Amino acid sequence: MSVADFTSLLVWLPIGAAIVVWVLPLSRYATGALAVLVALLEVGLWIEQAVRFDFGQHGLQFAQRGSWIDDLNVSYHVGEYGFSLWLVGLTVVAMAAAIGYGFWVGRDRPRAYFGLMLLLTGATVGVFVAQDLLLFYAFFEAMLIPLYVLVGVWGGPGRLGATVKFLIYTMTGSLLMLAAIVVYGLKVGTFDLVDGPASASRWLFLGFMFAFVIKAPLFPFHGWLPDTYREAPAEVTAVLSGVIAKVGTYAMLRIAIAKFPEPTSYYRTTMLVLSAAALVYGSVLAFRSPTLRGVVAYSSLAQSGLIALGLFSGTNLGYDGAVLQMVAHGLVSTALFLIAGAVERRTTTDQFALLGGMAKGRPALATLLMTVGIISLAVPGSAAFAGEFLILAGAFQRAWWWAAIGGGAIVLAAMYMLRAISGVLHEARGSTVDDAALDLRPGELALVVPLVGALLVLSAWPAGISHHSFVGNDPTRQVQEQFK
Amino acid sequence: MIATPHVDWFAISTVLVLVGTSFVALLGAVLVPRAIRRPFSAVVSCLGFAGGLLTSIWLYVASAQGHAVVSGAFERDRWTALAQILLCGVGLVTSLVGWEHVARRNDDHIAEFFSLLLACTAGMCFFVGAANLMVMFLALEWFSIALYVMCAIDYNAEGSLEAGLKYLIVGSFGSAALLFGCALVYGATNHIDFTGIAAAVGSQGLSGDALLVLGLAMIIAGLGFKSSSAPFHMWTPDVYEGAPTTVTAFMSAATKVAAFALAFRLLRTAFPQEEHLWSWAFAGIAVASLAIGNLAALVQRNVKRMLAYSSISHAGFLLIGLSAGSALGGRALMYYLIVYSAMAFGSFAVVAARERELGVPVTLDNLAGFGWERPFLGLAMWLFLFGFAGLPVGGGFVAKFYVFSAAYRHGWTWLVIVGVLATLVSLWYYLALVRAMYMRPSDELQLMPAAGGGVAGGSPAREPMLHAAVGLCLAVSVGSLFAVGPLIDLARHAAGSLPF
Repeated sequence: MSVADFTSLLVWLPIGAAIVVWVLPLSRYATGALAVLVALLEVGLWIEQAVRFDFGQHGLQFAQRGSWIDDLNVSYHVGEYGFSLWLVGLTVVAMAAAIGYGFWVGRDRPRAYFGLMLLLTGATVGVFVAQDLLLFYAFFEAMLIPLYVLVGVWGGPGRLGATVKFLIYTMTGSLLMLAAIVVYGLKVGTFDLVDGPASASRWLFLGFMFAFVIKAPLFPFHGWLPDTYREAPAEVTAVLSGVIAKVGTYAMLRIAIAKFPEPTSYYRTTMLVLSAAALVYGSVLAFRSPTLRGVVAYSSLAQSGLIALGLFSGTNLGYDGAVLQMVAHGLVSTALFLIAGAVERRTTTDQFALLGGMAKGRPALATLLMTVGIISLAVPGSAAFAGEFLILAGAFQRAWWWAAIGGGAIVLAAMYMLRAISGVLHEARGSTVDDAALDLRPGELALVVPLVGALLVLSAWPAGISHHSFVGNDPTRQVQEQFK
Repeated sequence: MIATPHVDWFAISTVLVLVGTSFVALLGAVLVPRAIRRPFSAVVSCLGFAGGLLTSIWLYVASAQGHAVVSGAFERDRWTALAQILLCGVGLVTSLVGWEHVARRNDDHIAEFFSLLLACTAGMCFFVGAANLMVMFLALEWFSIALYVMCAIDYNAEGSLEAGLKYLIVGSFGSAALLFGCALVYGATNHIDFTGIAAAVGSQGLSGDALLVLGLAMIIAGLGFKSSSAPFHMWTPDVYEGAPTTVTAFMSAATKVAAFALAFRLLRTAFPQEEHLWSWAFAGIAVASLAIGNLAALVQRNVKRMLAYSSISHAGFLLIGLSAGSALGGRALMYYLIVYSAMAFGSFAVVAARERELGVPVTLDNLAGFGWERPFLGLAMWLFLFGFAGLPVGGGFVAKFYVFSAAYRHGWTWLVIVGVLATLVSLWYYLALVRAMYMRPSDELQLMPAAGGGVAGGSPAREPMLHAAVGLCLAVSVGSLFAVGPLIDLARHAAGSLPF
């Protein structure tokens, strides 16, 4: 088996494991252990790929192509570019942490639960590696299925309403995308993303973008976000905001911007306005949110806006920063939601009014929340700072006022993040915080510390991603050439 | 002395096998002791359908060059053979479910049920190969009469007799429309064979002739009744709800296969000159079916009624492929039928299992907790429903993609948009079912699972045959996502035997 086969393996190994978990009557412990093992194996496979990846080489790497629907020139075509490699890495790492968290807290109905988490892993990796539009669409939709059930079965009291909203919103977008895919593919004669030519159709661009702005989400398409992030189990919210939201922004770069250059520049101002609106609106809501999860949820909305701002600035710095920020924020929000889950388990709530003073006697919790929080508010020297700085510099090259709006929002980020940290850790001890509530346990540390470690590494060497996403460090040209 | 035509017995072997086993099953009703009548007739039925599968597969392989046989009354080609394979497959799983589920209260009609099932499928197998209007009408009546009785077979159960009667009356109306249409077409063209009609229309310049168009419209209406497309659908929810669930499952899958396979052949061979008319007519019927099926399903609480409306909406999707009228449309139609019949049959079979467990009609409320109590059936139902909704857990996704592609190639982007919107609406009620099965705890269930049919408290009945049938449907519906290439090749060769 060559390293190119790992691309398919990354997709199908967890899906196969999901079927095994569903079929074999394993015990709770064995099921969880198997799922964690598979998740770690995924990380290992990805590391092997990252080591072998040639960042100087043009075009798709680790590619594989098989027949699927020859009749209409749809094929099973997978492979990775520099930026998709990083997003696959984000996926496998965040999913491993989330699966580990599910194991640690002992979710009910373990076989169903771990099977769905593994299915989600495979589908999400699939989205990032798919190089055929219909295959992309299939994985894009396949992500929804486990998410829907994970939220609907293991979620909070308002889960039923949340799932309905989530699914109707996202399916509206993706079905319009299906129509756009059919039209694009039949018009140009192939559904392949690598071979397919650029298109100047604005309708098609809008069809695709509609799905992506809902998935990301951008203002005003975020209606599903608050309910879903609140009601989902903590680790599922972590994945939703850390990884699934990045699918939207990744797809903007891979499909909407690369395949539709003319419509992109036509709608550039519109998209920048939506992005800036998401950024400012999300930040304000995060500042006003009475709950810890609310802060992180709305900050995810703001960050999606920031990433889209970088992408639609259409500059080298903007693209580089956007990819870096996707990974950095993915790790940050995964870690934050897992910590929020740990806090909820100890206090039964995530409302600031009932929390506070948790730092005392809980050094590990305090240190980790503080570290992640500070990275997330983009303190100079952090990975998020590098990402945001690049994005703002890119936006500045487009026009100074975009950078000014972005800069203002980052000030807001500092305000809401500090408010969240002090609301949980400091201030007077909250009514639900019991002295007996434990510090982070070794199991939880084992999940969060690697995420924080990865963030620290990225903080030390952000160029590891920002200089290794596009060949020749010239993203604008790569986008023009459709990454060929 | 009447000259008898040369008969290609092999071409009608599937029909003969099914009719033969039907007689054997019927003999079982009088000759076999009551104690083993059920297994005997079920085994005979399974063997009959297995035989039918064999002969139709053989026919598919050996009929690369399609041609009419028996004085041009019956078409021996791959389109016929593939539809027959599908019909026999549906018949086989129906036998499996019927083995455990039909007529549990009055065991004495079980052999008659299997006899009718075999006869009905034989009629359908004859229907899909019809090459003239006479054979078409006779075969239609043949399988319809069997179906009327099958709907009423459980005559002690509330609704079964009513369903049979309703179906009989409305179905007769549909048949009458079809027959009148046939007469008008014959009056206009002086031909009853499909190719003859097309030739007469071409040579006599009859295209647009009022008599012919009226006849075509009435034939379309008649076939619309059988395929339960709106606005000819009104019998569907009542009959599907009242009929024994096994029969409903069979009807929802097999009747659609028969009606659509024949409709496509009829329109392509007999009315190619009127394509501009019938493709618009079917596009209109498709939109009506999508709208009525999906919107009405939204408010249903009874699961069988909801699935009935869902089958109307799927008739709409199938009609999109049909209205495209192209070779691509034919492939899309066949592929959709393969996937749809597996999903439709499987979902009704799961409902049958729950119905037996509870002893009352299955509603959204009393499905609570079902997914966790019966993991396999729950998972299967979950996959069928998501497949119906076009999510990529099975061939339902590719099938929708295909019919949309066919519509787009035909130049009808608007129809793609209508289909997409309909899919979106359909999500609402499919998800309501998933929600009911998995996301509501079973203690919400006000009803104790109790002696409905063989379940005396405790754990539900072991139903190996039903599980096997659902497993087969699941294999087809999920497998078709991965085996698109081979299945499309089958459909391509089948559609290749029709004139384009």
